[in-house]
Amino acid sequence: MTRRNRKAKPAARAPERPAAKRAARAPTRRRPASKASEEFMARAYAMEIDAAERYGEFADQMEVHNNPEVAKLFRQLAEIEGRHAKQILEEMNWPQMPPPVYALEWRTPEPPETAPVTELHYRMRPWHALAIALRNEERAERFFAGVARSPKTPREVRKLAAEMAEEEREHQRLIREWMARLPQPAPDWSRDPDPPALGD
Amino acid sequence: MNAPDTGLAPQSFKSDIKPVWCPGCGDFSVLAAITRALAMLGLRPEEVAIVSGIGCSSRIPAYTTCYGFHGVHGRALPAATGLKIARPELTVIVAGGDGDGYSIGGNHFLHACRRNVDLTYLVMDNHVYGMTKGQPSPTTEPGWSSKLAPGGTGVREFHPLVVALASGANFIARGFSGDPNGCARLIAEAVRHPGFSFVEILSPCVTFRPDQRAWKDLVRPAPVEPTDDPARAARRLMTDDGFNLGILYKGRRAPYAPAREPRTALAELAKEFAL
Repeated sequence: MTRRNRKAKPAARAPERPAAKRAARAPTRRRPASKASEEFMARAYAMEIDAAERYGEFADQMEVHNNPEVAKLFRQLAEIEGRHAKQILEEMNWPQMPPPVYALEWRTPEPPETAPVTELHYRMRPWHALAIALRNEERAERFFAGVARSPKTPREVRKLAAEMAEEEREHQRLIREWMARLPQPAPDWSRDPDPPALGD
Repeated sequence: MNAPDTGLAPQSFKSDIKPVWCPGCGDFSVLAAITRALAMLGLRPEEVAIVSGIGCSSRIPAYTTCYGFHGVHGRALPAATGLKIARPELTVIVAGGDGDGYSIGGNHFLHACRRNVDLTYLVMDNHVYGMTKGQPSPTTEPGWSSKLAPGGTGVREFHPLVVALASGANFIARGFSGDPNGCARLIAEAVRHPGFSFVEILSPCVTFRPDQRAWKDLVRPAPVEPTDDPARAARRLMTDDGFNLGILYKGRRAPYAPAREPRTALAELAKEFAL
């Protein structure tokens, strides 16, 4: 049950294509998984589905606040993460979401790949959205790397976690490339000529 | 992996209406926490009613698939009390902000604590009136200066947990919107606990109080276990700086519930009105 290239973050010009290609090559072998592996993959699934839902909420917020460019980008990210979650279901041969996904406990306030809600601004630019995605991938990598390093982790899970950490590093590289192709936000990007706040 | 199989995901409790809160608002997390808590509790949307007053946070019933009542400013608790008395089988959650709950609805807050009807009251506290452009609220720090309150109000802030304890709330906790999973567990625990449960949730207003983004660095889990002793809880509050998270108090008072059977026969009552 190799996880390599299970997912890939899109590049700037044709964001969906590389991910779709990689997804098409995603492993389809279904080996009997150990209980520890299943628990680990349920956690990975939780990370993906939570990240997908949060990106979807971010897209909604940007639509409500008339920032269609960023809304579209968040919608893409939501679709990508949702596809990854679906892939896990398929790979694990789970007919539906494993039940405990929403009640799992994390050392962080939310699953590591989920962006905090306070990171948004109604005038944010696509570059900011990708910066959020990059931080998410970095947290996810740290999480998986930590699992892979822990001596308490069963060997088969350690291997899976190391592969996942490697994937997250690859996603970071892709996002950085994507960001490099986008214009840097102007220093006064958040300045609103008609601000909502009367306060200082 | 010891969670219950609820059958319903949190998304099942979210309606199709997109929230109009400012991007970055803590209330988004509270909405997520409520829906997660309801999923954790294994409830169905039709078994839950969410009642609110007026304010940014009071919009929350519309964003869920539960029964909802977006009521009168400061009067969410009376409406919810009536609902729970009339329909005790419903799980009734009351939601609102610090202005709605502690100022306009302050008196109802006291008496809801005192009556101890089986409600769960969630106050999304951002120390400001956000919907009306940033006026100081009862929980605003006296020195917070803004164009609407130059130099600050100079008025001591309201301490909701102290008031709740003194007034008889049976469950008192504080959460932080930056920890939606922690909030979800608090809310679930509050719903499970019989009687009036009060959960104050620090929920930053990024528009009028951008300084509250720093709350994430100030909050910390309270270093003590919940107590059922009000005197001990009161002593803890004496040293509380407003950023201790978790359950402070779990009381043992029986919730108020009127007798379901009539205490007097209708014919006997009719005699009282005989001319």
